Amino acid sequence: MLASMLFAIGSQLSPEPGSSGIEMLETDVFKLHCFQTLTGIKFIVLADPRQASIDALLRKIYEIYADFALKNPFYSLEMPIRCELFDQNLKSALEIAEKAGNFGAGS
Amino acid sequence: LITVKHKSPLYFKINSELFTLTYGALVTQLCKDYENDEEVNKQLDKMGYNIGVRLIEDFLARSSVGRCQDFRETADVIAKVAFKTYLGVTPSVTNWSPAGDEFSLILESNPLVDFVELPDNHNALIYSNLLCGVLRGALEMVQMAVDVKFVQDTLRGDNVTEIRMKFIKRIEENLPAGDE
Repeated sequence: MLASMLFAIGSQLSPEPGSSGIEMLETDVFKLHCFQTLTGIKFIVLADPRQASIDALLRKIYEIYADFALKNPFYSLEMPIRCELFDQNLKSALEIAEKAGNFGAGS
Repeated sequence: LITVKHKSPLYFKINSELFTLTYGALVTQLCKDYENDEEVNKQLDKMGYNIGVRLIEDFLARSSVGRCQDFRETADVIAKVAFKTYLGVTPSVTNWSPAGDEFSLILESNPLVDFVELPDNHNALIYSNLLCGVLRGALEMVQMAVDVKFVQDTLRGDNVTEIRMKFIKRIEENLPAGDE
């Protein structure tokens, strides 16, 4: 809900017409990345400002959601995701991104 | 054999006969439970809808398809990418209405109906109606309200199997922020 509000405010504040809202919010302490699917689902990642390849991570999280949440018939749409396989796979994806990011953050 | 291709290590081959038998078990169970072809058709559509609203995310997450510019592009994506990916068949897109809001998908083959014959007491049954629900549910999630129905069915004696898709309207609520 906070994300939707951020999104709506973002697209209204934008000086550019047809803005699709916030894709990235950068501060000294963190970078907020947002990926919105064509179906209106928003994936948000809060990361270290130096972390690389968050785009790839966001797309990977979309796949993990499509697999371990949606293909679980006992998961109801729009509800909080309480699926162990989802959590496990999400965790590995984050670990992989973290390792990759550290190599990428050169200087 | 149907090969399900995915980029993830989860891809596997599923024997299409098992798929045909599973779908057949589903339909015959519904026939026993409801004892009424119209009601079974409704249930198949409903089940299909619930599959469609989930399947669309799998489709979008894995294909590099972006937002379609018009209904013609939608038709092409459905026939050439979606049907190919999930059923291993590519229907042809034909019979466009002059307004460009209606078209047909002609299926040469349909894995759901391999080996199936409809008995006389089920001549109102739309055996593959699940597909209509899937298409309807999937498109609803990308903000398109459509009407989908079988207008010809080889199981019911027609020469081809034809699915008619009609664009009803753009769904405005819950649009991703920034779209018109």
